[in-house]
Amino acid sequence: MLELQHISYEVSEQTPGNDRKAEILHDVSLTVEDRFVAVTGPNGSGKSTLAKLIAGIIKPTSGRILLDGTDITDMSITERARAGISFAFQQPVRFKGLTVKDLISLAAGKSISVGQACTYLSEVGLCAKEYINREVNASLSGGELKRIEIAMIIARGTKFSVFDEPEAGIDLWSFNNLIDVFRGMYEKTKGNILIISHQERILDIADKIIVISGGRVAAQGTKDEIMPALLGNTSAGCYVAAGKGDKKNG
Amino acid sequence: MAEFKKLDPIQKQLLEQISDLHTMPEGAWSLRINGELAGKNSSEHITIEKKQDLPGIDIRIAPGTKNESVHIPVLLAQTGIKELVYNDFFIGENCDVTIVAGCGIHNAGDQASEHSGIHRFFLDKGARVRYVEKHYGSGEGTGERVMNPTTEVHLAEDAYMEMETAQIKGVDSTVRVTTGTLADRATLVVHEKIMTHGKQYAETRFRVDLNGEDCGTHVVSRSVAKDESHQLFLSEVNGNNRCSGHTECDAIIMDKAYVVAKPEIAANHVDASLIHEAAIGKIAGEQLIKLMTLGLTEKEAEEQIINGFLK
Repeated sequence: MLELQHISYEVSEQTPGNDRKAEILHDVSLTVEDRFVAVTGPNGSGKSTLAKLIAGIIKPTSGRILLDGTDITDMSITERARAGISFAFQQPVRFKGLTVKDLISLAAGKSISVGQACTYLSEVGLCAKEYINREVNASLSGGELKRIEIAMIIARGTKFSVFDEPEAGIDLWSFNNLIDVFRGMYEKTKGNILIISHQERILDIADKIIVISGGRVAAQGTKDEIMPALLGNTSAGCYVAAGKGDKKNG
Repeated sequence: MAEFKKLDPIQKQLLEQISDLHTMPEGAWSLRINGELAGKNSSEHITIEKKQDLPGIDIRIAPGTKNESVHIPVLLAQTGIKELVYNDFFIGENCDVTIVAGCGIHNAGDQASEHSGIHRFFLDKGARVRYVEKHYGSGEGTGERVMNPTTEVHLAEDAYMEMETAQIKGVDSTVRVTTGTLADRATLVVHEKIMTHGKQYAETRFRVDLNGEDCGTHVVSRSVAKDESHQLFLSEVNGNNRCSGHTECDAIIMDKAYVVAKPEIAANHVDASLIHEAAIGKIAGEQLIKLMTLGLTEKEAEEQIINGFLK
């Protein structure tokens, strides 16, 4: 279970002769204790910032983060990873020289067999033999990188996983497979999976949906509570603007 | 046949580092230790002769020789040795062979040990050579370990040569010069890996003359410069015919190291197609972060990235 308590995050916007603060997240409190929790909201609303705060890549200006009751706010990225947090980047990183098998081995935390690596790759719809020894460099497409990123999270098998827009770039791969991956992960870890997504079919499997807008939690609740309002408006931003935010039963 | 004295433990370790060998293999080889030819062996298709006028050997590979290899390691384990060796390789038509060279210096003393090798390759029509060269230095002495390899490659029509060179550890100063002249449809591929640390200096100079029609070269240099080390990369590719040339210099800098890359491409023919890419920078922050989210420390992440980069 992950808890964010009154999390705010601000950055300084420095322009010549001007040094003002911009608040990206404001007093965000939420709890992730369900199997699948989806975070959605308009572009620029602070969703990816939220994911980075959870992984420890950035530190909140104020507020605390708790993992299973333990305060992890001051832990480094490495410590949080070892405590059981995994993070699939929205834009996967390329490495000259490191192969797909290298990265999956590092994710698994041990040297793994070709067969084991192939199992993870097959789960994300990649023909393992063609990929296992390829370098994770510019020769791989965005969609391929995205799948490898997800395979690494499967290999880690931690109790808490964050996916930042996992569906982006893998259009040809059916969403059913992606959803199967999440279900399979849950079966193995019995943990919590937080998915940042705009995809209705991903929101559809969520036990809880959190709408972030303008750096605040605009609404949270079950699919049945949130989806009608989301679909009824052209965007979550309108949803908030219409004054329906911050209600559990929109 | 094999007629050299038993290797001592240091020599054995050097040999292992540069060639993955524990002793000299079957087939053709020559072994040079502390400035002298310690032994050599010819095979049915490959003859190795000591040069009469200069230190060094002539290696002749009969036309049509396939799937054979030659090992010519050089070991220096005494402090203060300076040598200049000339090795010539004559590769017959349509050969397909592997040549493994390399130099290991162990310097436990206070005087510089220096090995300079001038390797000349003459590939006949259609010959294919894979040339592997590893450089390694060890020893706790204050004497410098210096290696200055010069490689001169002459490729006849349809010849193909692939060079893999690596200098990963312990060489204080190196100036590596590689030149190539290519005839019609010949190809020269070079993969170079260098890591410098401490106050080491490494300089590599490439000059490739693409003279033949439809010949081509591909030069990839990957290097890591740590501590206060310094590297200089110079490449010159001259496209004198319808040809293609691609050079790529990729360097990671760390600490107070610095790297200079000066690529030069000259298209002297309207159908010459030449590309140069150079990138120098520290390890990308996002690469470190990604590996840290997998549970590695920053230091472990750095090691993985460098090992992969130089693999």
